Amino acid sequence: MTTTADTGAPRLSMRTRRALWVWGFLALPLLFYGVIRFYPTLDAFWLSLTNANPGNLRRGPEFIWFDNYLRLFTSRDFWQVFRNTFAYLILGTPISLVLSFVIAYYLDKLRFGHTFLRALYFLPFLTTASAMGWVWRWFYQPAPTGIINSALGAMGIPGLDFLRSTTWALPSIMVTAIWAGLGFQIIIFMAGLRAIPQSYYEAAHIDGLGAGAILRRITLPLLKPTTVFLVVFSSIGFLRIFDQVYNMTTNDPGGPLGSTKPLVLLIYQTAFQSYQMGYASAMTVVLFTVLLVISLLQLWILRDRG
Amino acid sequence: MTRTLKAMLLAGSAMFAAQSAGAVEIEYWQYIFDTRVEAMDRLIEMFEAENPDITVKQVTFPYADYQTRVIAANLAGNGPDVLQLFYGWTDTFVDAGVLQPLSQDAFPHEMIESEFFPIVGAMVRDGEYYGLPTAVRSLALFYNKNLFAAAGIDNPPETLDELVADAIALTERDAGGNITTEGITLDMAGQDHQWWREALVRQFGGAPYSDDNRTVTYNSEAGVAATRWYTDLETVHHVGTSGFMDEGQAAFRAGRAAMTIDGTFRLGAFGGIEDFEWGVTELPANNDGMRSNYASYFANGIGAGAEGEELEAAEKFLAFVTTPEAMQVWLEVVGELPARRAAALTEANASDPIYGPFLKGLEYAHTTQFLDEAGQRQVAIDMVNRILLQGQSPEDSVAEAAAQEQAILDQAN
Repeated sequence: MTTTADTGAPRLSMRTRRALWVWGFLALPLLFYGVIRFYPTLDAFWLSLTNANPGNLRRGPEFIWFDNYLRLFTSRDFWQVFRNTFAYLILGTPISLVLSFVIAYYLDKLRFGHTFLRALYFLPFLTTASAMGWVWRWFYQPAPTGIINSALGAMGIPGLDFLRSTTWALPSIMVTAIWAGLGFQIIIFMAGLRAIPQSYYEAAHIDGLGAGAILRRITLPLLKPTTVFLVVFSSIGFLRIFDQVYNMTTNDPGGPLGSTKPLVLLIYQTAFQSYQMGYASAMTVVLFTVLLVISLLQLWILRDRG
Repeated sequence: MTRTLKAMLLAGSAMFAAQSAGAVEIEYWQYIFDTRVEAMDRLIEMFEAENPDITVKQVTFPYADYQTRVIAANLAGNGPDVLQLFYGWTDTFVDAGVLQPLSQDAFPHEMIESEFFPIVGAMVRDGEYYGLPTAVRSLALFYNKNLFAAAGIDNPPETLDELVADAIALTERDAGGNITTEGITLDMAGQDHQWWREALVRQFGGAPYSDDNRTVTYNSEAGVAATRWYTDLETVHHVGTSGFMDEGQAAFRAGRAAMTIDGTFRLGAFGGIEDFEWGVTELPANNDGMRSNYASYFANGIGAGAEGEELEAAEKFLAFVTTPEAMQVWLEVVGELPARRAAALTEANASDPIYGPFLKGLEYAHTTQFLDEAGQRQVAIDMVNRILLQGQSPEDSVAEAAAQEQAILDQAN
């Protein structure tokens, strides 16, 4: 019995068999990603052209062409949220990168207490964003409960409104977000700094270059791959900001008059509180496009010209 | 081998047959809230004792997922037989085909209309009831008795004017002029938006919506006057600050607010207060003595998938959870008010210092027919914020809010 089976089966070459094995193993995650990630992503494009909501799930949503997009682009709320999202990006990314680079640069030179300080900077990154949001929310409270305002009051300075102000709410949340992500960026920058061969610095010293020139000519250019990674990574992070905003302003999500509301929060509210799935999908498609364009643009601007 | 297998299969099918012949199992769905689940467990126990051939299985989900789960399960054909729903979700659930109308044989309209509080009318679509509540909630004014005594005020305010006068007397400030104790909390994100919409607007002579609930009508002199009265608490009388201690209920609980407006559902949380005595009184009347209130409820409906003996069992169960005894259990365990007049307005309940004021409120309460509760609440929050934070006039702000809310209503229709 067994012998006939052996001769009957087509003989596969070693190469083909290995390829089959490889594809066999790859198929599983591929299938998983396909069903869990790519299919819903593609489906969002289709949903964005319909009026999908729980009420018409059963008989199937109607196809309404670009009505959702038209409604979106003529909505004042959407543009405010769009501006907020870019405020997080345009202010948050450079400030957090400069800050983390400066800290990493000097921390790298430090020998005493280096590990302890590094751990201290990294600590916020390990904390749950929502827990952090709630702690900062209490920091920002008016006088009797808020630490910051109580301290200001003790020094005779009138209290600041922070989260209750349409002007200061967004910067207040941004400070938290920057602080939360700083540890990670510092660690990545330090890894980048450590990777620069020491011999370059020695050569520069022998040639008599000053500290400023070394920073400009050697450190920064050689740190470019690290910088590119962090710029893209932190931009996407700021464009997708949600946890801090949601937790710091739960009773009026998105701050007074929507002054801190990012796009992701608007999508969440539209989809899961107002149940307008089609309209929310249209926003998701816009966010996807923005993320894609910005990431490609950054890669192109910061590309290797060598 | 095969013999044992056969025997097992036989035994299995025999058990299955016995179960399907003798007993019906129905599923009851609600969201997770400890006291509600506990109350329902007790009601199921009572029901099963009366109906030994029916088993009720309680299934619960987190509140945030509840609506989505119900709708998705219904699409998949695994929906509940009896389910709890907020009255404001009725449109969505009816459109999604989750509910079936209550049969008029089991639940005659005359019985419902004569025995329940009129707010159950919010469950009617196309002349049919889609659910009945066990319990209802209304608003009242909570006041801190210690602060009132310290300020030399004997009784809580009866009218809006008295409320302002009392609040002024009760507000405390530090040397820098910052409020340390509020006269009354201002928290539009809490229950104040309901108070404003269904009580203040009506007390100033207006109405929030047209009779068919499709048109916003508070952009009127009355609506503006009601809004100005409310924002004046902060801008003119300085008796409270929106955002003080984050939430009105937190300020009250900490003893840093003399008055706050909240619902029956807050009784549990305030029950834990040990630092001071607090009391409850009806929402203040206007100068003509007219009062109004906002009532809301979770109703129990019958799932569209229930048929035959399951439907029969579901109707029996729904009838049971809306009996006066069931309502009394719910009142004792959850603290929500009975939805039937006779069960609610007993001597004991009406004279109860805590439940009494809430129950009186039910007699003249209104129920907002929300189409997008979160969206409509946001409109009211923003309306007040524009006045408090950006100095917009109440006239302009109310007009803007009315336009925004009308857009929401139009979108949903």
